Amino acid sequence: MDNNLKTDNAVSVHNVYKNYGDVQALEDLSLDFPRGELTSLLGPSGCGKTTLLKIIAGLIPANGGEVLVNNAPVDGPGPDRAFVFQDFALMPWDTVLRNVAFGLELRNVPKSEREAIAEKYITDVGLGGFELKYPHQLSGGMRQRVGLARALSVDSDVLLMDEPFSAVDEQTRRKFQEDLLGLVKNENKTFIFVTHSIEEAVYVSDQIALLLPRPSRVSEIIRPTGFRHKDVGSIRRDPEYLDIVDNIWASLRSYVE
Amino acid sequence: MPYTFFTQHRPLILKILSAVLIFGSWEIAGRVPVSFAFPTFFDSMAALWVLTLDGTIFTAYAETLKPLVVGVLISTVIGVTLGVWIGLSTKFEWLISPIFIVMQSAPLAALIPLLIMVYGIGITSKVFVVCIMAMPVIVLNTSGAVRNTSESLIEMGHSFLGTRRDIILKIIVPSASPIIFVGLRLGVSAGFIGAILSELKITPTGVGDIITYSRSIADYPSMYAAIFSIILLAVLFLNVLERMEVVLFRGNNKSLVAE
Repeated sequence: MDNNLKTDNAVSVHNVYKNYGDVQALEDLSLDFPRGELTSLLGPSGCGKTTLLKIIAGLIPANGGEVLVNNAPVDGPGPDRAFVFQDFALMPWDTVLRNVAFGLELRNVPKSEREAIAEKYITDVGLGGFELKYPHQLSGGMRQRVGLARALSVDSDVLLMDEPFSAVDEQTRRKFQEDLLGLVKNENKTFIFVTHSIEEAVYVSDQIALLLPRPSRVSEIIRPTGFRHKDVGSIRRDPEYLDIVDNIWASLRSYVE
Repeated sequence: MPYTFFTQHRPLILKILSAVLIFGSWEIAGRVPVSFAFPTFFDSMAALWVLTLDGTIFTAYAETLKPLVVGVLISTVIGVTLGVWIGLSTKFEWLISPIFIVMQSAPLAALIPLLIMVYGIGITSKVFVVCIMAMPVIVLNTSGAVRNTSESLIEMGHSFLGTRRDIILKIIVPSASPIIFVGLRLGVSAGFIGAILSELKITPTGVGDIITYSRSIADYPSMYAAIFSIILLAVLFLNVLERMEVVLFRGNNKSLVAE
């Protein structure tokens, strides 16, 4: 009881099981996601991190256990969660504006209202002036900004990001990571972030859940604290940052073929 | 100057060049002649001119276009609907798509006597022939395109709380539409073949009548004029369809496979 009062979790995963046929993907996995923080799910490929994210999103059902979002159990997608896709999942036949407004359109928000909201977020993610472009006219990084603006515009409490920067080039990715830190600070939202990059996870996270594969379980929870409030430019030189990266690699290296 | 003129109008120049080549060899083949039943290009065009002047060709098309338009419309509406349905449900696919695969490969000319026995020699049989020609390719293209909708776009629809109806109408159908249009184009050209075939095999009316009649009196230029006009009409119609597609789905034509 005391514990519950102290920490406010936006999302809690309790004893979740998931299997695909004979393959046990997740086994008895429990994890809490504190409100207003960014938690990364980090692990080698095949460790079930995307599976866990999609279970939280309500896109795939778990075989056992429960997921609570704002203390209510999840049984499908909901307005409290928004998803950012690895492959952007933009509709190529529509403009940036309609793509960003699409989440609101599916919620039956009137056209002028949803376009006003979409325009605000398009400007926020730095795509002002590109409203009437089509996705194929944008670079990979800009496409993911569209995906991000779409997720932000539905104003949900929890943002689920499935390796959002893995399909963009390295420079763009660094810029994205810096922007993400600003987003966590300014948008009072909870972020759940799947990545396979150790440096990326340590750089952006308040909490890192290290997942180990076959079957997946949380092997370690790491909370970087020392450099979180430092300037974005100096994080990568911080001794604590470097130590955490090294330690995670030491835990993971035996699982990499 | 001539160089820039050529690069600017290259597509047009190439089109004219290929027309000159084809019609030129037609003219030469007619003059040789390869067969006494093969008129020259200019004789055929002269015959087409005469047919146009006395209005024969227009009354003929008024007749031919009836089963063609009705058949193509039916095939489009039923074909796209069925195709979407088949694409969405694997059970339905198992039940329905063999019918269309058989329809597509069946020797249609051999089935026509059967159609006449059931539906008579009126417009119904002709519409049927057009549908049998046009529908399978529309259905199969549509269902294939629907089934290949990007999984992550569908997931996106679910995660942003789209209903099943939203996902079908706002994601699956638009994403399948370029391939559906390819099916429509193929279906329409097959429909043209069906319309003429039905006029040759069921009852000679319209353009089929011009072809049959002028052949029977050995007026070969008129016969080829009629055939030429059909091809011309089909090409024009397909061009219109292509323009329509470009206008309707502007973003799609460049990024069908974008990520």
